[in-house]
Amino acid sequence: MMSFVSYLVNGISLGSIYALIALGYTMVYGIAKMLNFAHGDIIMVGGFTVFTAMSTAWCPVWLSVVIGIVVCTVLGVVIEKVAYKPLRNAPPLAVLITAIGVSYLLQNLALLIFGSAARNFTSVAAGAPPFLTVFDDGRAPQFFTAVPADAAKPILTISMETFLSITVSVVIMIALTLFINKTKAGKAMLAVSEDKGAAQLMGINVNGTISLTFAIGSALAAVASVLMCSSYPQISPYTGSMPGIKAFVAAVFGGIGSIPGAMIGGILLGVIEQLSKAYISSQLSDAIVFLVLIIVLVVRPTGILGKKINEKV
Amino acid sequence: MAMLSIDKLEVYYGAINAIKGISFDVEQGEIIALIGANGAGKTTILHTITGLVGAKHGSIMFGGKDLTKTPAHKIVSMGMAHVPEGRRVFSQLTVYENLMLGAYTRKDKAEIQESLENVFKRFPRLEERRNQSAGTLSGGEQQMLAMGRALMSKPSIILMDEPSMGLSPLYVSEIFDIIQEINKSGTTVLLVEQNAKKALSIANRAYVLETGKIVLSGDAKDLMNDDSVKKAYLGE
Repeated sequence: MMSFVSYLVNGISLGSIYALIALGYTMVYGIAKMLNFAHGDIIMVGGFTVFTAMSTAWCPVWLSVVIGIVVCTVLGVVIEKVAYKPLRNAPPLAVLITAIGVSYLLQNLALLIFGSAARNFTSVAAGAPPFLTVFDDGRAPQFFTAVPADAAKPILTISMETFLSITVSVVIMIALTLFINKTKAGKAMLAVSEDKGAAQLMGINVNGTISLTFAIGSALAAVASVLMCSSYPQISPYTGSMPGIKAFVAAVFGGIGSIPGAMIGGILLGVIEQLSKAYISSQLSDAIVFLVLIIVLVVRPTGILGKKINEKV
Repeated sequence: MAMLSIDKLEVYYGAINAIKGISFDVEQGEIIALIGANGAGKTTILHTITGLVGAKHGSIMFGGKDLTKTPAHKIVSMGMAHVPEGRRVFSQLTVYENLMLGAYTRKDKAEIQESLENVFKRFPRLEERRNQSAGTLSGGEQQMLAMGRALMSKPSIILMDEPSMGLSPLYVSEIFDIIQEINKSGTTVLLVEQNAKKALSIANRAYVLETGKIVLSGDAKDLMNDDSVKKAYLGE
């Protein structure tokens, strides 16, 4: 029972990281109608930035994270301006190929600078006690305390990284939902995603709104990179590609273009992945994830929360 | 000087010359109708005025600025609103949210509130459906919403593209009554219509377009009695 809870919590934690990345995919798709396949590599850049900042002696953890977020935000906006904006009216395939090109560019730049070997990433919560420890010898569950040396082996431990991933992601998702639905800039994003021309007629700066979307998506990717590299403490130039693809699957799973869809899709994906690792096969877990995606798409081609497209003539 | 002055305007879609050197003026307080068959270039003219389509040659002077050199999103705050063809309301958003997007460039909350009340006074049905998503409205209601949304920017001139398209005859009369009311309350109207009879009946002056050129212009009443117009557009 306790091991199931542990797998479930780890799945939710991994899933919240996927959800953060998937939000970037889905928001950019909703606004710019393009699949930004370089999004996964933004995660890698974020990870390396934080890694480099933390390995300098003077930079505290919080500042490293802030630097990572700023670098990714700027990078996302610059990529959009340089690579995608000139293709605003080009066929979708040209944009897709460009995105794949940008992805390889970022990976190879990282290879050039950091080499191909994986580095050990120091968790941002290194040294912190676990969030929750449960013992079976009648002791009360312990929150935020180090396991005492004399204690029997705990039956359930939820690490600080797991706790952070879930909490940070939930806070970000709530904030993002409020931002989109309650602020003027958020409403402008919804308007642009539905009809760019009509949005311009309202006086909305469409290019500015697209930049803002890339900025938010990339900032979320930076946060996800910190959470992911802390939970799975390694970083290499390829770190971003698999989570990027998984998050893309999560976005499609939830219904691409839908913000709550990306959240639900991400968390479900993480849980399915962890549970299949635990109970079926750790080698097959990725295959199972993609199999579930295929089944969902056969049953619901628009994803879980995908909108039916009602085109009025 | 005319409020809106279009001079030797030429527009291309790729190699296709859609507008072939058109010039016309709109004076303050007028209702101007652009009439013509499908593909004559009426919608293209409106899209070029509000910057959705770029012009190749010519100028569009409004408020001392050439709109062909002004970014589309800066034109609303100059006092020009555009009710696009096919209404193009934001169907996922509520009626209220659509209206507030109409006031996107305005800052003063009290004034926005006043405009909202005016819109609700003019279109009571929008108030009833205030929290409904716009996609669930009927065609006529969506047309009212598109007009209300344009009025929320407090425009001095409003461009309307085929407001009667796809509406039942009952709604058509209502929409034309409203256009006249909007004009009486001080807003200049540039109206594009296929329903030439209705358009001429409320307009001061009109221009007749054929394949990207103005072939006829004059007082709306004169055009209504013009034999060629009667034959080609009024079905008499």
